[in-house]
Amino acid sequence: MTTRNDLTPGTEASTGRPSWQRWLREHSELGVSVLLLLLGVLVLTDALTMDVDIAQRGPVGPRTVPIVVGAGLLVIAALLAVDVLRGGRGEAEAGEDVDLSEPADWRTVLLLTGVFLGAAVLIEPLGFPVAGALLFWGAAYALGSRRPDRDPLIAAVLSLVAYLVFNNLLGVPLPGGPLMGVL
Amino acid sequence: MNALNSLLDGFGTALTPVNLLWAALGVLLGTAIGVLPGIGPAMAVALLLPVTYGLDPTGAFIMFAGIYYGAMFGGSTTSILLNTPGESAAVVAAMEGNPMAKAGRGAQALAAAAIGHFAGGMIGTTLLVALAPTVADLAVDIGAPDYFAIMVLAFIAVTSVLGSSRIRGLASLLIGLTLGLVGLDQMTGQQRLTFGSLQLADGIDVVIVAVGLFAIGEALWVAAHLRRTTGEAIPVGRPWLGRGDVKRTWKSWLRGPFIGFPFGAIPAGGAEIPTFLSYVTEKRLSRHKDEFGKGAIEGVAGPEAAASASAAGTLVSMLTLGLPTTAVAAVMLAAFQQYGIQPGPLLFEREPDLVWGLIASLFVGMVLLLALNLPLAPVWAKLLRIPRPYLYAGILFFAALGAYAVGGEVIDLVILLIIGLIGFGMRRYGLPVLPAVIGVILGPAAEQQLRRALQISDGSVTGLVDTPFSVTVYAVVVLLLAWPLVRKPVMRGRGRTTRT
Repeated sequence: MTTRNDLTPGTEASTGRPSWQRWLREHSELGVSVLLLLLGVLVLTDALTMDVDIAQRGPVGPRTVPIVVGAGLLVIAALLAVDVLRGGRGEAEAGEDVDLSEPADWRTVLLLTGVFLGAAVLIEPLGFPVAGALLFWGAAYALGSRRPDRDPLIAAVLSLVAYLVFNNLLGVPLPGGPLMGVL
Repeated sequence: MNALNSLLDGFGTALTPVNLLWAALGVLLGTAIGVLPGIGPAMAVALLLPVTYGLDPTGAFIMFAGIYYGAMFGGSTTSILLNTPGESAAVVAAMEGNPMAKAGRGAQALAAAAIGHFAGGMIGTTLLVALAPTVADLAVDIGAPDYFAIMVLAFIAVTSVLGSSRIRGLASLLIGLTLGLVGLDQMTGQQRLTFGSLQLADGIDVVIVAVGLFAIGEALWVAAHLRRTTGEAIPVGRPWLGRGDVKRTWKSWLRGPFIGFPFGAIPAGGAEIPTFLSYVTEKRLSRHKDEFGKGAIEGVAGPEAAASASAAGTLVSMLTLGLPTTAVAAVMLAAFQQYGIQPGPLLFEREPDLVWGLIASLFVGMVLLLALNLPLAPVWAKLLRIPRPYLYAGILFFAALGAYAVGGEVIDLVILLIIGLIGFGMRRYGLPVLPAVIGVILGPAAEQQLRRALQISDGSVTGLVDTPFSVTVYAVVVLLLAWPLVRKPVMRGRGRTTRT
């Protein structure tokens, strides 16, 4: 929803800073515009450098739609920038467990991203049961659960049960890793 | 009665012991996941996709039907007992259902909702049986230009009817279309946006996009803003209704579906508008107007029946035209594509066993839902007390499992995370997620139909508008686009300005 007031999460923290910094904070949505612009340039570059002589069939080749999409991205980037400068704001999504009155907790998001990437790297050498358990435990820890007696146990049981149900019952193959080799 | 015979064959498929088991499992899983706070039907269906990977298509879709209805019912349980609707369609259920629960009538509210879902599903599915073959027959002759027109309509509808900022809706759609471009061009084999990577040449799997945007994006977004104090769920016993309650609600159960079904079939936001319309209707017709807002049982029964019937309406356009009108339908379409099945008018001719088995299992699932959920309601209510760290860690866990199960590639997990971060940013800046998912799913198909149409007309643009059907669809598109221009002076007259 576009609203005209400038209440975005994080504005409270920015009072007392130089005005240009505050302006940037309040207009951080311009970053979305820049990203759309870059994406548009990327799509257009890819389309225009395409070598299409080989297999053009019909009047519309493989370049047409990417060119339209790329141009569309550039136009929308400009329109969004104008909307933001005129005071329009994208309303942050609310939800059951979402509290928008507090500033965003970036540490948790970074921790979760790290845990997820770690699990992705470990899934092949260690197998799904171990990597999955680490993912669940790590994510629960990042989200604030501090029960060293309960958390790892739940993670291990969940991961092992999920592995057995998917791999053995539902016919979805997952890597067992050295642990399953031993068992 | 051709449809009736096919439906009987469908029951033959749906009532085999194995398929009954899949339907029951789907209903239970769907309700369990749907009840969990923070998980709406779309995320529930996306997270449960990998469960069906090992099944044959018929079994998979029978299970899916159960998951769909189960997740919708689970969502209304959450809003009645917790007063925190996970999605817009459940807002109305919370408006009357939660005051009822607070006044100690939670059991009646849940029963009214459950029977409402049953009535809505039964009536909606009956209408689906009556209408779908006819729509499919009419649509069987339509060609490439018509398909392209329908997809343009879907793109425009999803960006302008839903959400409140068109610019942000379009931005989301274009992000989706861009993701859909990645990979080999279907007609010429030309590499697009692959940057020489072999993994990207296969394209980005729609399941990964859906799970990334719905599940990972949501989990990260909640993680950044996790409410430290969560609402208390109201404990509840076994749902039941007294004679007086039934007397008040039976008409609402029958009215709701006829409001919900038509809205489900058109791209107008799924259950959001019909549940509200049903609520207003019940309020106007009720003899207990003073109770509205404080826990009027009609206000739960009618809207829940409307929501359930709109889900059946959604299936009409999804099965006969391949047009997803809600987020759940978009994820289901992705599931069809996993099996190499393209929903559309030919589906009823090519895969009659699957379609009619699916439709019959909707009836079966509805009966199972009522039979299982009334006694199990106290158990579902306990799920509401799950600690939030476990809930969102579990979402990440199953999202990773689902993405890895698609192809057994680690790179898919990295792509999943990147798309999840995009979903996070979209939630932060109010870009709706649904247009992006629709763009990824329909984009490649729309391009193919466009190029086919222009091939037939030898490059002339008039080839896109040479059928009455496509002209009609484009007229609707123009109406949708012109609507804000018409509305603007009206709103300004009321002393309010709305832009884009």
